[in-house]
Order: sequence, then structure tokens, then C-alpha cells
Amino acid sequence: MTGFDELRLDGVRRRFGGQDALAGLSLTIRRGEFIALLGPSGCGKSTALNCLAGLLPLSEGSIWQDGARLDTLPPEKRGFGMVFQSYALFPHLSVRKNIAFGLQMRRLPRDEVRRRTDQALSLVRLEEHAKKLPGQLSGGQQQRVAIARAVVLEPSLVLMDEPLSNLDAKLRLEMRTEIRRLHQTLGLTTVYVTHDQEEALSLADRLVVLRDGRVEQIGTPEDLHERPANRHVADFMGYRNLLPMKVKAVHGPVVAVEGSGLTLEGTAVGPLSPGDDVVAGIRPEDLHEGGSGVPVTVEVVEYQGRELAVEARTQSGDAVHLRAATRPAPGDQITVTAAPARVLVFPS
Amino acid sequence: MTRTQTRLAVRHRLAERGVDRQLWLLVPGLACVLALFVYPFAYGIGLSFQPAEGGVFGAYRAFFADAYQRDTIATTLSLSLPAAILNVAASVPIAYRMRGRFRGKRLLTTVLVVPITLGTVLTAEGLLNYLGPAGWFNRLLFFVDEPIRLTNNYWGVFFSLVITGFPFAFLLILSYLSGIDPTLERAAATLGAGRRQRFQRITLPLLAPGLATTFCLTFVLAFSVFPSAVLVGDPAGTTRVISIAAYHAAYEVYDYSLGSAIAVVMGVVELLVVAIVLGLRSLLYTGSTGGKG
Repeated sequence: MTGFDELRLDGVRRRFGGQDALAGLSLTIRRGEFIALLGPSGCGKSTALNCLAGLLPLSEGSIWQDGARLDTLPPEKRGFGMVFQSYALFPHLSVRKNIAFGLQMRRLPRDEVRRRTDQALSLVRLEEHAKKLPGQLSGGQQQRVAIARAVVLEPSLVLMDEPLSNLDAKLRLEMRTEIRRLHQTLGLTTVYVTHDQEEALSLADRLVVLRDGRVEQIGTPEDLHERPANRHVADFMGYRNLLPMKVKAVHGPVVAVEGSGLTLEGTAVGPLSPGDDVVAGIRPEDLHEGGSGVPVTVEVVEYQGRELAVEARTQSGDAVHLRAATRPAPGDQITVTAAPARVLVFPS
Repeated sequence: MTRTQTRLAVRHRLAERGVDRQLWLLVPGLACVLALFVYPFAYGIGLSFQPAEGGVFGAYRAFFADAYQRDTIATTLSLSLPAAILNVAASVPIAYRMRGRFRGKRLLTTVLVVPITLGTVLTAEGLLNYLGPAGWFNRLLFFVDEPIRLTNNYWGVFFSLVITGFPFAFLLILSYLSGIDPTLERAAATLGAGRRQRFQRITLPLLAPGLATTFCLTFVLAFSVFPSAVLVGDPAGTTRVISIAAYHAAYEVYDYSLGSAIAVVMGVVELLVVAIVLGLRSLLYTGSTGGKG
């Protein structure tokens, strides 16, 4: 496999009509890594991917592949594979010809094209569909063709633009595992764009969280999950309770906070002093029922298999989300507590 | 079951097969088609088989026996086929360039479409003045001794067909092109296809059925050329097209039967060309092209 040791994005910026879609992305991708670009729609993640692929010219900054500058090359000279959200399969070509297209563009000998196409077909288990047109395949099969078409060239980098967003929930889980398996067995380097935090956490070695074209945090799944850098990342990482509060006292890393009808102890993210306005982030699964906690009123109870998701209201009228083992009735008064280590306090 | 219930059930079953009150909406259109198209058309065909002399096929025999009449088919084809091909071929690169969004697209489209609204007579008038022996075109070519003759012959009619046929071809092809998902070319680019290969291997095959349809329409338009063949052509000689022959037979000689027969021959020739092109088109991929079109 032709590859690089590292791919470096240096202050990559892209403007659309005077507005920054991507404002200065700097990132080094090492060979063999699986990077996820994560963020809500409009955060610049697809822009970043298109800039990498060469489908969008940069407004500023540069991209370097080891020592060679890459951002001045057209997409066909970069040798990256790309899987599009809509799959973008050629509708007039059979599955086999779709997969062979890139190999033919490289003018490889005919038997090598055949051999590698066969390999790619069996890799995604589509041998018996080789002669069909893309329109005759199901969504999941089309998805697999798109992946095979991108990886058959053994590209130095595979770019995936929300490849699972058009699949149903069950298939999405299957394909997710499939993508990670291919990444490992083929030794690919992958940049994967998604708005789904679960997908990003489960697939990637490193995540880049983007918001409004800016990088909010770069880190491993554990980093982001356990130590989100700010409330926006926390929001994305499943801290569903983000409650505006005020700092009462600071004891080292532990701060006492009050507000939204709750009094809690939490862990400070960044320097804080008494009187500061803060946001306390708590995952629903870290907010427990019982003990000598704060009283709240149950409003909505949702059955979720092993546990129940409860939305309750504090005395000040703010909504809190928690998990419960037994089913409380709407209108019940319960008390809630959270361990200080599981409550993150962000400056607001 | 009561009678009302039975009636309702029958109505429901009929509606499932598309028989319901909405069918009445078809009546006005159908009546117009019958009165204004089907009846005159059938009447004309009938007329062509009732010549004053020579039996049922007398008019057709008269047309094909006379070389002066017969040759109008070749004359018309020699004008309309190249004109239709040129219109389609010239539209493709322009429409390809204009398929995206850019500043001034509307203005450019308007300029290209204006000839449709002007009509053939005004175009012919303009051609006569511009390309004629004393027109601007020949005055610019002051270095040639003899003025180049571009009107009142084949070329005058040819130019007129291009000018009036191009906008049709262009608009149709532009809409076919915008029906092709632009992501497909982007995907081809990431697979290593250069500009030329992307066009040849992806866009052109997806566009080809549209080109065939466009060709048929512009060809039929050009084949029935009449005003420009008279005004900027040489209606007695090199541009004596088949519609002139039909007009001459029906309204100058008052042989309605021959006139109708020529019109039928004209239709058959058009149908043959269209059938060949559509037959070839059916060999192509004609399914979804993924775009918004």
C-alpha cells in the first residue's frame, strides 16, 4: 500500500460568501489512525472532508502529506478513497464495473483489475450481485459497494461522509462493525465524518469535535467521554443535564454549586472562584434516585429495557433527566443525588 | 346487502382500477384532440388514397415516379439531419459549462433563448440583411473579390435552422444535465478520473438518452422547415424541401390528394428516423440519474 507516515492539516480555512464554514483546522493524522470528525450539522465537518478530498479548494492554510504539499493537487491526483453520504454509485454501471472504475482509471492490466475487483467483491460479500445495477440493490448493499469501490484502490486515506446516515438502525450497527473491521484488516487510514457521537466514540481512535467551523476538542474517545473540555462538547457527549448554576465555594478541584433548584458538589473544569456563573453537566445515568438528595417531581417516564428514563422538574422548574430502576408514577416526589466526581462544572 | 351498499362497493372497486369521477377531467382535452387532430389527420390520410386518377395509390405513385418530387426527401434530410446534429452537438458543451450556478446565468440563458421568440421570418430577414451579398458579413470580407453567397441557397436555410433549433436543443439538454447528480462526477474524481474521463465515462453515458430525445425533437422541427426554405433558400432548386412540394401540390396545383400523400410521406420519413434513434436509445441505460431532474 502506498501510504504516508503523517498527513498534516495546517490552519485549513474555508469561507463561503464571506462566512467561515471552517475556521482554521490544524490536525495531524498518523498512518493507520481512525479519525472521526464530529459535530452538529453546519459545524464544518463535511467541508473539512471535502477540502481533504480536493473537492473544495481551501481559502487559507495548507495540507501536507509527509513533506509534499497536497492542497494544490486536484482530487484525481490525491489517491484518496471517498465514500459519499448518498453513495454516489454510477447508476449506469454494474456493481463490478463500479468497483473496477478506479482500477481502470489507473490503467492497470486487465487481469489485475479482475483479480482485485473479485477480492473487493468478496470482501463486502457481494459476489452474487456483481452483475446488478446499483438501482437493484438495497441500501445496505449499495453502501457496501461504495465502500468496496473506495478501498479497492488501497488508498492512502479513506474519507467517509456520514456513510451510515441513510440506513436503518439495525443495519447501521452492523455496518459500523463492518467499517471498523475493514479498517483493521486492511490497515487503512480513515477520516470519518458523523453527527452521531455513539458512532464516533465506537469507531474512532481519535475524535475531533467541531462547532461553528472551530475545533472544540481533539482527543481519544475516553478523553472526550470522561473529560469534555467545555459544555458544548459535554452536550455532545451525552451530558444531557446542563444546568445553569452559581459557585458557592471552591475546595481544590471540588466546587459546591447551587441553582436551578439544586445544590450539588462537582469537579471544576478550569479555574473557578465563588460567585462565578457556571454550567453543571451530569449524565442521566449519573443522577441517581434516593438518598438525602434534592427533591424533584417526576413528569415523564420512558421504558428503555433495563432501566427507565425519567424526566423530572426541580422546585425552580428546571427539567432534569435521570435513570431509575423502578417505575415512579408521574407526579411522584423523589430525591436525586450525584457523585461529585460525576458532576462536571464548566465556566459558562 | 342493500342496494346503496352494493352500489358503493361497485364504485369502490372501480375507483381502485382508476375509474372514478376524475375521468371527466379528460373529456375537454380528449374532445379537442379528436376534433382538431385525429379527425383532420385521418381525413388527410383518406384524401391521399383518393386521387383523381391512378387508383388508390395513384398519388403516391405520382410522387415517387417524378424525380423532381422524389428528391425533396433527400433535400430535406440533407438540411435537417446535419442541422439537428449540429444543434445537439453545440448544445452539449455550452450546457455542460452552464449546468452549475453562476453569476449572469439567467442573462446568458435569455440571450440564447431569444431566437425562439423571434420566429423564423424575422430570423430569415436578419440573415438576408447580414449574410446577403451586400450585407455586413461580406463587407467585412473585403479581401475576397466575389461576395460569398450564404443566402438564397442551402447555407441560408441551414443557418436559419441552427438559429431557431439551437435554443430548443440547448434548453432540453440543460435540463437533462441538471438531472444528473453532480456528486457522481465528484466520486469519479476521487477514483482518479480526470476531467475528460469523467465526462466520457460518467456524464455522457447518463446524458445520451436525453441527447437522443433532443435530437428527435430538433430533427422533426427542422424536417418540417418551410418559411426559411422559401425566404433565405432557393425554393425552386437546392432547397426545394418536402413541405414546399406538399404546399405546391395542394395550393398551387390544387391536387389535394397529392398534397396529402406528400404530407403522409413526410410523416413516415420522420417516424423512420425517430424510430431508428429511439431504437438505439433503448440500448442505453435510461434509469435514474440520481439528480433533482
